[in-house]
Amino acid sequence: MQALTNRAEGVSRKPMSFMERLYIPAILKGMAITFSHIFKKQPTIRYPEQKRPFSPVFRGLHVLNRDEEGRERCTACGLCAVACPAEAITMEAAERMPNEENLYREEKYAAKYEINMLRCIFCGLCEEACPKDAIYLSETFAPANYTRKGFIYGKEELLIPNPKTNPEAYAEAKGLK
Amino acid sequence: MTLLAFDWALLIEKLVLIAVIVFSSLGIALYTTFAERKVAAILQDRPGPNRAGPFGLLQPFADGLKLMMKEEIIPNTSNKVLFILGPGLAMTAALMTCAVIPWSSHVELFDRKIELQIADINIGILYVFGVVSMGVYGIMIGGWASNNKFSLMAALRGASQAISYELAMGLSLIAVLMLSGSLSLKTIVGEQMADGNFWNIVYQPLGFLIFFVCALAECNRTPFDLPEAENELNFGYHQEYSSMKLGFYLFAEYVNMIMSSAVMACLYFGGYDIPFLDESTLAPNIAAILGVGALLTKIVIFIFIFMWIRWTIPRFRYDQLMNLGWKTMIPLALANMLITGAVILWRAGG
Amino acid sequence: MSITEILFFFLSALAVFSAIMVLVSRNPVHSVLWLIAVFFAISGHYILLNAQFLAIVNLIVYAGAIMVLFLFVIMLMNLNKETERNKHIWMKLAGAVSGGCFLMVLVSLVRQASDFQEKTALMGTGDIGLIKNLGKALFSDFVVPFEISSVLFLSAMVGAVVIGKKE
Repeated sequence: MQALTNRAEGVSRKPMSFMERLYIPAILKGMAITFSHIFKKQPTIRYPEQKRPFSPVFRGLHVLNRDEEGRERCTACGLCAVACPAEAITMEAAERMPNEENLYREEKYAAKYEINMLRCIFCGLCEEACPKDAIYLSETFAPANYTRKGFIYGKEELLIPNPKTNPEAYAEAKGLK
Repeated sequence: MTLLAFDWALLIEKLVLIAVIVFSSLGIALYTTFAERKVAAILQDRPGPNRAGPFGLLQPFADGLKLMMKEEIIPNTSNKVLFILGPGLAMTAALMTCAVIPWSSHVELFDRKIELQIADINIGILYVFGVVSMGVYGIMIGGWASNNKFSLMAALRGASQAISYELAMGLSLIAVLMLSGSLSLKTIVGEQMADGNFWNIVYQPLGFLIFFVCALAECNRTPFDLPEAENELNFGYHQEYSSMKLGFYLFAEYVNMIMSSAVMACLYFGGYDIPFLDESTLAPNIAAILGVGALLTKIVIFIFIFMWIRWTIPRFRYDQLMNLGWKTMIPLALANMLITGAVILWRAGG
Repeated sequence: MSITEILFFFLSALAVFSAIMVLVSRNPVHSVLWLIAVFFAISGHYILLNAQFLAIVNLIVYAGAIMVLFLFVIMLMNLNKETERNKHIWMKLAGAVSGGCFLMVLVSLVRQASDFQEKTALMGTGDIGLIKNLGKALFSDFVVPFEISSVLFLSAMVGAVVIGKKE
């Protein structure tokens, strides 16, 4: 068979020489290699204190977006749920009442919006499917939890803070700060 | 009452010495487990345990607490008495070695000359051998009493390995004994400290190499950790053990490491001798304290080498292990013994 | 009673009790372990007689090596189950007769050994058991028996190698 690369090295079957049979030079060589690693830089990122920088295109936890006036953008069209290959998204739609114009941007909104983070594969198809720019994937990832129930994120966890009433938290969630 | 006509001061002195030595070696063993994890981490470009206390220094206590809080499981089909006896034996045998190790010269306290050695018996090094050969029983009894095939296989491996390497160890030792003409560790150390004499490593490099390899095998350390070969025997002879009984087995390995380091330091590296320094010019108490420091430094270096080897070299296959022991180590040790004897005779004659 | 005497009686009681337990234990592994206890007690006696070398060699050779091999065999043959069948009456009779004969020989030996009766053991004072004196005695006064026994060991070793090399 033709080798695909020239990197492969054949197994040497020739009997070992006396120096090789002593093993000691080889052992010392190995020990020198491990010793040299004492002085190498550690690539460890000490997690809770240090965090790995994510690229802007990282697909992490979902965020339900608000517009500039602090109204939820989601109109509960269900396109994200349809687009989701893992069927992680469920929602229940409700009609906006006349006095709720400052809460929801469209006449229809999601009364319940749940993403199962155990099912989600973070592919970002929901983000692409959304016609209202309501859902996007942030640069954080889902933290550990004690129960399976804890991984089903509802609206409280997903909604971004209101830029009107809580601008600081909003800026932080946006990654502007 | 002849019973009370006894040197009570000596008794108290020895008891205090025993307590200090046993507890300090346990304390060192505690931190050796921590050092093992740190050394492994550093050799593998990792930070290692660093959460419990500053630099993770409280980690051994966290580990110990974890082991104690674990559920104590004794298998139904095991032999209960022997199951409990096993780890105890392993630990006792490991700790008993410290009785003959000369930790330093003597201190003078309350007008008494206190030797920093529990017992200077004239068969010192043979006593170490006797105790080491008892250590096999801890493994064998534990492995057999668990009533588990893996444990039994591991126990048999451990015991056969220990017996095989004890032979080469003894033979390599004979050369040292011929040089110093005594079995007492104190005399062997004294011989190396004397003017014009170098450490035994200068005269016995091959003997030391054999002794060191055998010490690795006796402590069940990599590359001779076949009794604990996880990938073939699950966890080895202590597979059925849990809680502090498991802790005893794991701990005994570290105590063994300290003791074999101490024995090697005494036999080949001058024990509590400080190189390029004449101890007799110092006050005896200061010399004793410096001596303890020197011996501890040597022990720490040896323990580091033990760990360094563990994180470098892969495990032997069982037949390779036996071949190395019987077909390489023993003939080498015999040749070393013959050559040493011939040189000693030639020098004495010439 | 001095400490030496107390130790002597304690060690003797331990040795006799352990020896009885060797015979009484149904589990062969227990028997082996009790036998090791006997060796320890006997080594204690050697130390009382100031024969440190003998004491430790007894431990290294018997308890440390030979009994480990015994344990090996017993563990590998899986004798821990009580598979022992009832022996035939003739077997029991033969055992009783041979045991009785051995006891008779021992008793008559002790009774007739009048020249031992005046001599007591050298408790902690004799120094022939120390390794230096023992070595000198072995290599000067008893050099012929010593060398002959070493030939015996050599032949045993050669025999073991021959048995091990089947092919």
